[in-house]
Formats: sequence, structure tokens, C-alpha cells
Amino acid sequence: MSDVFKVAIIGSGPAGMSAAGQAAKRGMSHILLEKTDHLSDTIFKYQKGKHVMATPSDLALRGGGYEEGVLAGMEFEEGTRERILGIWNKHCRIVDPSIPEPEHEVQDFEINTRLNAEVVGVEGQKGAFQIKLKDGDTIQAEAIILAIGTQGNPNLLRCPGADHPMITPQLDDPEDHVDKNVIVVGTGDAGIENALGLATDPALGNTVTILNRGTDFAKAKTKNATDLTSADEEGYLRIAYRTSPAEVRDGEMVVETETGQEVIPADMIITRIGSQPPRKFIESMGIEFTSEDRSAFPKLSPEFETTKEGVFVIGALAGYPLIKHCMNQGYDVIEYLATGEAVKPADEPLLEKVFENLPGNRSVDYWLELYRTQVDLFGGLSTLQMRELMLDSICSAFAPGEAIFRRDEPGSSLFAVAQGSVAVEVNPNDPSITVPIEQGSIFGEVGLVSGRRRGATVRAAEDVVVVELSRKAALKLIGSSPEAAEAVKRISIERQMLQLFGSGLTREDVQPLVDSAVTEEITAGKPVVTEGDTEDKDVFIVRFGSMRVEKGEGGHATFLGLIPAGNLFGEMGVIDGQPRMSTVRAAVKSEVIRIPGEAFLDLLAKKPQLRERARQIMDERRRSNEEIESQKSREDGTVDSFSGLAAFLFDEGMGEATDALLIDERLCIGCDNCEKACADSHEGLSRLDRETGKTFAYLHVPISCRHCEHPHCMTDCPPNAIQRGADGEVNINKDTCIGCGNCKSYCPYGVISMEPAPPEKPSFMSWLMFGTGPGPGEASYSWRKEHGDPNKAKKAVKCDMCAGIDGGPACVRACPTGAAIRVSPDKFLTLAKMTEDVEN
Amino acid sequence: MASVPGTRFSEDEKRRDADHISFLKHRRFRWLWVALLLSVVSILGYALIDQEPRPNGGSWYGYTLGTIGLLLIVWLSLLGIRKRRMSEGSWSLKAWTSAHVYLGLSLIVVGTLHTGFQIGWNVHTLAYALMMIVILSGIWGVYAYAALPRELSANRGTMTGGDMLDRIAEIDKKLESAAQPLDRACCDLVLDVLRQDVFHGSALSRLTNSYPGCATRKALAGISASGSDAEARVHELLTSRAEQLAQMRRYLRIRAMLEVWLFIHIPATIALLAALLAHVISVFYYW
Ligand SMILES: Cc1cc2nc3c(=O)[nH]c(=O)nc-3n(C[C@H](O)[C@H](O)[C@H](O)COP(=O)(O)OP(=O)(O)OC[C@H]3O[C@@H](n4cnc5c(N)ncnc54)[C@H](O)[C@@H]3O)c2cc1C
Ligand code: HEM
Ligand code: SF4
Ligand code: SF4
Repeated sequence: MSDVFKVAIIGSGPAGMSAAGQAAKRGMSHILLEKTDHLSDTIFKYQKGKHVMATPSDLALRGGGYEEGVLAGMEFEEGTRERILGIWNKHCRIVDPSIPEPEHEVQDFEINTRLNAEVVGVEGQKGAFQIKLKDGDTIQAEAIILAIGTQGNPNLLRCPGADHPMITPQLDDPEDHVDKNVIVVGTGDAGIENALGLATDPALGNTVTILNRGTDFAKAKTKNATDLTSADEEGYLRIAYRTSPAEVRDGEMVVETETGQEVIPADMIITRIGSQPPRKFIESMGIEFTSEDRSAFPKLSPEFETTKEGVFVIGALAGYPLIKHCMNQGYDVIEYLATGEAVKPADEPLLEKVFENLPGNRSVDYWLELYRTQVDLFGGLSTLQMRELMLDSICSAFAPGEAIFRRDEPGSSLFAVAQGSVAVEVNPNDPSITVPIEQGSIFGEVGLVSGRRRGATVRAAEDVVVVELSRKAALKLIGSSPEAAEAVKRISIERQMLQLFGSGLTREDVQPLVDSAVTEEITAGKPVVTEGDTEDKDVFIVRFGSMRVEKGEGGHATFLGLIPAGNLFGEMGVIDGQPRMSTVRAAVKSEVIRIPGEAFLDLLAKKPQLRERARQIMDERRRSNEEIESQKSREDGTVDSFSGLAAFLFDEGMGEATDALLIDERLCIGCDNCEKACADSHEGLSRLDRETGKTFAYLHVPISCRHCEHPHCMTDCPPNAIQRGADGEVNINKDTCIGCGNCKSYCPYGVISMEPAPPEKPSFMSWLMFGTGPGPGEASYSWRKEHGDPNKAKKAVKCDMCAGIDGGPACVRACPTGAAIRVSPDKFLTLAKMTEDVEN
Repeated sequence: MASVPGTRFSEDEKRRDADHISFLKHRRFRWLWVALLLSVVSILGYALIDQEPRPNGGSWYGYTLGTIGLLLIVWLSLLGIRKRRMSEGSWSLKAWTSAHVYLGLSLIVVGTLHTGFQIGWNVHTLAYALMMIVILSGIWGVYAYAALPRELSANRGTMTGGDMLDRIAEIDKKLESAAQPLDRACCDLVLDVLRQDVFHGSALSRLTNSYPGCATRKALAGISASGSDAEARVHELLTSRAEQLAQMRRYLRIRAMLEVWLFIHIPATIALLAALLAHVISVFYYW
């Protein structure tokens, strides 16, 4: 092909599609290159019938509007996956029998589309790019829009035959595969779920083998691992341990086992061995990223141009995972290319809203610039990054004396002062003792880092203008800017020390400690301090996560206590110079601040008050340890069973929980009133599964949210719908949730389910009097299906700790015997609480 | 610690600090003490107050006790509604159950004194008898609540009721194919097993855990473990089916035992309310 296109658009997701559509509409010469044999691979891979959401609802879609009754721009509105793909196929004149054609009239844009055109390299400069395709073709273009999303490329098998056509990195619907010999490579969650899906329905008649290079399933959730091993024991499938692929041939795979090679017949091989993020490919074009961090995005100008002139990046790859944002950006970049002028960004009205509560009626640009120049942390950000950051943030002004947040409020957001200053009330008993935080600095970082409640009340000291960055936005900022990360770390260490050592200390006092402190990440179960050690003479502060203190060896260790984030440990050995009395290990993935013992002792020497406090802490701990040990010598097994229970609860995630439901099996009569109450307090769906879950001695941990300090479920929620609420609950906003299911796969405790909102039930009284409807509790699946609206979108459903319900969690209130309790680990994991004589 | 305005924080903290204690011990037996006090006062009153012409329901003291008893019974009956209606508010069903049990027991004293020990074949005594039936069944219920949960827990281990059914269904699938090579008679035995509802058995079977018509047991007896390979395999599968079935039946039995007393407690409550209505109307009618 010898034509030079004005623009080549790589990737036909919503971002690329919309760019192509706008280019076509303008008559700009263009080509849309798509790797797969269909449009929009990410959307194509959604579950069949998935209801696609068009959020945020107050964001206008660019290039819309009707001309002669037909939508003039690219179409996108809430609807099923099939509907959206059907319309886009028509825009591109693609016929795909698996996607029904839309019934209404659709604008034909004559988009110049080329499917099966994977781009493998780009050379040249602005005005003359050569785009290399996998099939050897080269395409010439003046400008490039990269819209390849974040999926990346699935890893290939590293053995001969890795490109055999029967190998697929993906399984759409297990039920499409009948009577096949299937080999699954990879024992992460995805591989296991595929293997189980294909094997456990005998009607499909598949013979499934899953290859495991080792002997354990460390990368998978426990539930998946146990399901897989029991499916193996029951003969549904075979797990080949210590086995790896050696060669793929027609109809079979040769594998390497401990005892030599073996041949396994195969009609299909599913490889779930992870994927390569697209970063390397992008960097190879000469495009820079904002930082080394894995979560970083390419550096972009306000017009989405990368550091490689003429190459633009939009969509999920630019950091905007919502379809509407993606589509608007496609439109904007084409307009920019066509006119040479930047379009007023589509998020302008949203930003106006963000700034509307600030005084003085200023423009969006004014505030953006003010924040960028005044807040130290934002110094290195581009305008585009600023816009993105502010979209997820709350900007507000406070009058002198007004509280910005209060001690013990839950909160994991980060604040920055753009104008004025604030005062921190460091002493809970005397609000007049305050520490100032000046213009340009940040506060609230301890909550962000530790995931725990606010440690102090912060008030405006004068008229102030602040910004509150959501946890997601703050983490993104830290991830994309190494300087910001360093600054936050330093400030948070300093403040954590000031908070911990109480009032009377100044920043100057702790400076030597801050300078000599280092942070260390500790994986779950790893010891920080080891019993009997005489070498190590450091003290530690738990930065996030929590520590378990134990005495004794392995399985027989006696549990002494839990140290939550924000607390000091290791002080005993340093103060009295004795060998370590106990082992302190991370209960969950944690981070500690290590402070050299001498620096700590120096500080104690200078500050008698502090010395006194340290003594107090030490004595308290010693007393509690002694009590537990004296109980142990009584040998009635109380302490051993307490230690066993504690270990069990840690395994069940109690080390990172803030408020978890437990069931005392000595009292539970199995009436499921807790579940029924849950359903009736929450539009008819129970968020807890009482009977499922593990039991140890008398405690049962049902399937129910633990409201983690650092919720895994928040990791990758495109609309940022998961937030920590006012009562500390981790809550999913059902209006903004798009039902992508990411949270469900991130939660290690399997507590999230995807369900459509159920139909409303007849009232309780009409059930009681006339027996109408299904009665109290969650209605049966069949009743919901019969009475429900089949078009309701599935959304993520989980416990919200009965947020907004007066009286608190209904599960506990509805338990007739007192078996259901909700606990927070720092209060519950004590000898007194756990050995309480609950019975009659 | 200052509480945060506009949130549930202090309330939630109280909950997290709360004792972890059974309904019987709730708040250090608060309702037991209330009930004892009520009983003692009633007895003292009965002994000390001079009732003319003789102690019975018709004296002013009798009316007082009757009113207290009636109100108590109505309130006790409302537990059935409270239990099923999850509304907002700082109530807990545990506290209600605790009060229910102890105040319910105090009715033995209040109700009996109210009769003035005048018993006969009439609607009044019927109401009294029904009340006692309700109370006795309640005592049985408390015993069940105290004794059975451990058994339930120990029996199920980590399995849920649904898991047990799934496990049986899995075994059945294997049985079906394993039975193919068997002779006609043995095949029929296995077919009987597969055809029999897993919940086969009467209510009585369930409570006593005796299932005389159990096809699995019959098949086990009819198919030899030392026969052909196929027979041995089927025998092995049947053995695990029988074990799984036994666990499920124990599960069903305990759950039934936890509920069966309510089949007396609730209908008798309804009958009691009806009898009370008749009792009250007749008293006023003949007054
Ligand atoms: C299960 C799920 C549900 C979701 N639901 C919603 C929802 O309801 N609403 C919403 O707004 N968002 C939703 N999202 C998010 C949204 O789908 C994505 O963020 C969005 O698709 C990103 O668009 P994109 O155009 O940037 O990239 P993608 O949609 O990922 O498209 C990239 C395209 O580029 C192609 N490509 C990649 N590499 C190359 C190459 N080298 N050469 C050529 N082509 C290439 C790919 O094949 C793909 O077709 C959901 C996400 C998931 C996973
Ligand atoms: C006349 C007196 C009583 C009346 C009218 C009464 C009535 C009721 C009613 C209506 C219920 C609700 C049942 C349901 O809907 O599931 C109930 C439950 C119960 N009653 Fe009684 N009762 C009385 C006395 C007692 C006594 C004396 C005891 C115990 C010693 C008792 C123990 C219980 C228990 C344990 C429950 C179950 C609570 C639960 O599971 O939620 N009752 N009673
Ligand atoms: S949903 Fe899962 S990950 Fe999220 S807070 Fe609850 S338990 Fe933790
Ligand atoms: S709440 Fe869960 S399902 Fe909903 S959008 Fe967020 S990650 Fe996706």
C-alpha cells in the first residue's frame, strides 16, 4: 500500500473507534488497525449479554446530535454488549454472525478498517511514520493515534509449536466446547476457573488436564485451589504436577514430567500464563512514561500528544478506563489534528462542578493553575494530569475554626492546602495544643497509608482552600510521580512519629529519626523481630498492615497479641538491652519503618516525658504477656486453643480486617435469621453466606466482607465506585458501578457477587396476613427471575455494614442467640475476649 | 473519646466492645432478675393482700395479675413478628429472646396465682393449660438451643447442607456408570438407590434418624464387596454414599430438633390467644 494516510489509528476499542468515526466523518484520510478479527476486543470479551454502562452520566458524549433523524456522531449509550458492537460493526461495515445487526438505522461512516492487523513496530517521524504489521505489511501515516488499551499481549508458551492454532489464551464460554481433550497451562485463578468450567459439567464430556509446574497453587485463591484439587480427587479432571510443556504438535502436547516425557492428546490448549503489558512496545516507539512504577501512564500533553511528536495516546492506555472518556478523547484528537486547535476538553463541565464551591467565581483554568503552582506535590504535573487528578477530587474552602476532618473518622483520602493553613489538634484531651500545616503541604496521609481512622482533628487556622484527593487519585499520583511518592513517604514518617510519641515533640526533635529511618515491606508471615535475637537493636513502627506477636516455635507458638498500624514495637529489647523476648511477624502484607535503636535512645534521653510513655507501653505489654504465660502454665489448654484460634483468624484475613462477622458455633442454631435480615435491609439480596466458610474450634468465619484496611476490591474499579464510607464501611456505589466484576476477582475472600437488583417484594404485612410473595429473607432465584426485569444490569453486591441504617448491622441485631458477632481484630484478638465464657 | 458527629461511630464502637455472650446471659441476666422480681412481688402480694371473698381472678388483685399476664402474653407473642421484621433501630433479637424466655417463665407464677388455684373444665382453665403448654415447649426450646448447636457444628465440619447434597449427586453420577456391568438384580438395586429421593423418609424418620426403607442400605446388603471388580467398585461407592447420607441425615435431624418444638410453641400460642380472648369476653359477659 503506497498511500500515506493523514492518521493511522491503532486499536479499535471505544477510543480508537471514536477517533476513526470522527476522522471518517470529516473526510480525513485514515485507517483503523485492529489486531483481532473483530472490533473492540475488550468489549468483545465481555460476558455475553453484558449490560454496558455509560458512566459518568453527567459527562456529555462528544460529536453526538442528530442529523435528519440519524445520530450524526459515533453512537454509544447504555445497552447490551451485542447492541453496542452491532452498531459499531455497522459503522465499519463489518458482518459478524455472532453479533445481531441493530434494528434501527445506523449512520454509515465508511470507516476504513483493517482487521487482523497487529501493529508490531513504528518507525519514522511526524509526517512520515512507517507502521509495521505482523503480516509484514507496512502502512504509512502522518500521525498516529495509539488506542490499544491496557490488555497487552498474552504470554506465549516457551516451547516449539507455541504458535499452533489450537492454542488459545482465552475461553469465552465453556459450553461451546464438547467432547474435547483440553489442556490448560497455568494454575492462577483464570486457568483454574477455565479448567473447572470445562470439566465439572459431565454433559460436556471434556477430558481436561491442567499442568502445574510445581506442586502448589500459590497464585490462586484458596477456594479455587481447593475446588481444583477436589475435582482432581473426584476424577473430573487431572492435575499434572511438576509438569511443563515441551512441544505442541497436531492433536497432542508433549510434556516434561519428573520421570521423563509424556504425550497428552489435545484438541485445545488454553494458556493462562499472564500477559505482557503493552509498555515495552510503546516505549520502543520512543514514548516516555511518567515513572518506573507499573501503574504509570505515558507522559501526555493537554492534547494527548506523547513525547514522540505526532503520536497520540488515548483511552485506557492514557489512564481513562471509562468508555465515554475514551470516546471523547478520540473525537478531541481528530479535531485537534484537523484544525490545529485544542478542543475545550469534554470534562470541563465536570471540573466546573469540582470547583463550584470555591470562593470568587474563578475559572477552571485559574484553579487548576493555582493548585498546580501552590501545592508542592503537584509541581511536576502536566495540565492533563492535573485535570485527571482533579476529576476524582473534592475541592473546598473552610472558614477559620471549621473542622476538615475529625479524630476517629474513617478516611483514606489525602488533603493538600492550596491557600491558607490548617491546625492539627495533636492532643485528644486538649484541643488547644495544635501543630500547624502550611500552605503547599499535605495532610491526611497517615489515613491514606495505614488505612486506619484519622488520628487527629484538623481545623482551618485561617481561610483555607484545600483539595481532597480520593484514595484512588492519591495512589495514582504516588504511582506516577517518584518525587511525589518520596515526599509523601517522608511527611508520613515524620507525622507518624509525632502522632505516636504524642505532644511535646516538634518536627526538629524527630528529624534525626526521620533521617535515619528506612521503610521495609514485609510479606505476610515473615518475621521482623525474632525471639532470642541479640544482634538486632532497632525499633519499628507499623506503617500499614499489622503484626502478630508470638512466643515459641512454629505450630506451638503462643500468640501474645496484635500490633495494628501506627504502633511502635521492638522498644523492649532496645531500652533494656536484653535479647528479643518474642517474635513479631507480619499478619498480612505490611510495611514497617525501621529506626536505629541509638537514634531512638538519644531521643528518649532528651525527652523524659517520652521516656516515661515508652516505659508505660512497655510495662503494659509485659504485663499482658506475663498474664498469658501464667495462664499457659496452668495447662488447661486455654492458651493453646487461644493461639490456635488466633492463627486461624489470621488465615481468614483478620489481620487486615476492620469489622468482620464471626459466628460462635456453640450458639448458632442455623436459623439463618442473619441472612434474612441482611436481605431485608438491602433491597432483597443477602450479602452474607452464613453456612459456607471455615470453622476452627468454635468460631466460624462466614463468607462476608471484612472491610479490609486496604481493600483489595478497590484495586481496579474503573469508575472508582468503591469507597470507604462514613462509618468505616467499604461500600460499592450501585449507581456508578459498571458491573465489570474486577472487584469480585480481586477480593481474596470471595465475598462479592454480581447480581441484578431483585424485584420488589410484597410488604411484610401482606405476607403475614395473606401469604403474598416469598416472605422475609432473600427470595429464591426462581422467584426473582420470574418477577424481575430481565434487562436489569448485574452489579457488584457486598456488605456495606448497614450504612445509613440506624441501629447498625442487621445481621447481629437479628441473631436470636448471640451467636453472630461483628468484631474488629484489635479489640477481639485478646485473651480475655476470645476465651470469654459465652455460655449458660 | 469525642465521637464524630453525624456517624454511627460511638454506637459501632460500643458494639465492637460489647460482650460476646449468649442470650441467656445477656447483660448479666438482666431479664432473669426482672422476672424473679416480678415473681417474688406477685407471691408476696398474693400472701399478704387480703382478697375477698377468696383469692381468685375476680378480686382486684386477681385482675391486676390477669392484666399483667395478658399484656405479657401479647408481648411474648409479638416475638414472632419482631423476628421476621427487620427494621431500623437499636433493638437486638438477642435481648428480645432473653427477655422473652425469662418473662415467659415468670408467667408460671403470675398466671397460676391469677387462677387462685381454681381449676375446672372451662374456657378459663383451657387458657391456663394452653399457656402452660406454650411455656413447657419453650423450656424444651431453650434446652435445644443450648445443647444442639455444638452437635450441628461438629457434624457438618466445613460442609454446608448444599455441599452434602452436591456430594451425593456426584457419587450418584459415578454409581450410574459403575453399575453398567452389573447383572440385572444388582442393577435394579442401584437403580432403586438412584430413584429414591435423597430426602426420602417421614417426619418421624427425620427426627429419630431411622430410615427403614433406605434403598442405599438395601443395595449395600445386596451387592457384595468381594464379588467382581465392578461389584466391589459399586459397593465402595455405595459405602461412601451411605456415609454421606448419614451425615446429611444427622444434619437434618439436628435442624429438625431445633425447630420441632416451635410446631407446638407457635400453634399453642395462637390457640392461647384465642382462648384468652374467649376467657376475657366471658369474664366481662358474666360480670
Ligand atoms: C468486564 C469489563 C466490563 C466493563 N464494563 C464497562 C462498562 O460497563 N462501562 C464502561 O464505561 N467501561 C467498562 N469497562 C472498561 C472499558 O471496557 C475499557 O476501559 C475500555 O474498553 C478501554 O478502551 P480502549 O479503547 O482504551 O481500549 P480497548 O477497549 O482495550 O481496545 C484496545 C484495542 O486495541 C487492540 N490492539 C491492542 N494491541 C494492538 C496492536 N498492537 N495492534 C493493533 N491493535 C491492537 C485490541 O485488540 C483492542 O481491540 C469494562 C471493563 C471490563 C474488563
Ligand atoms: C405464654 C408464653 C409464651 C408465648 C405466648 C410465647 C410465644 C412465642 C412466639 C410467638 C414465638 C415466635 C416463634 C417464631 O415465630 O418462630 C416464640 C419464640 C420462642 N419462645 Fe416463646 N412464648 C412464651 C413463653 C416462652 C417461654 C417460657 C420460653 C422459654 C423458657 C420461650 C422460649 C422461646 C424461644 C427460645 C423462642 C425462639 C426465639 C427465636 O428463635 O427467635 N417462650 N415464643
Ligand atoms: S470486598 Fe473483599 S477485599 Fe473488599 S473490603 Fe471486603 S473483604 Fe476486603
Ligand atoms: S464496583 Fe466492582 S464491578 Fe462495579 S465497577 Fe467497580 S470493580 Fe467493576
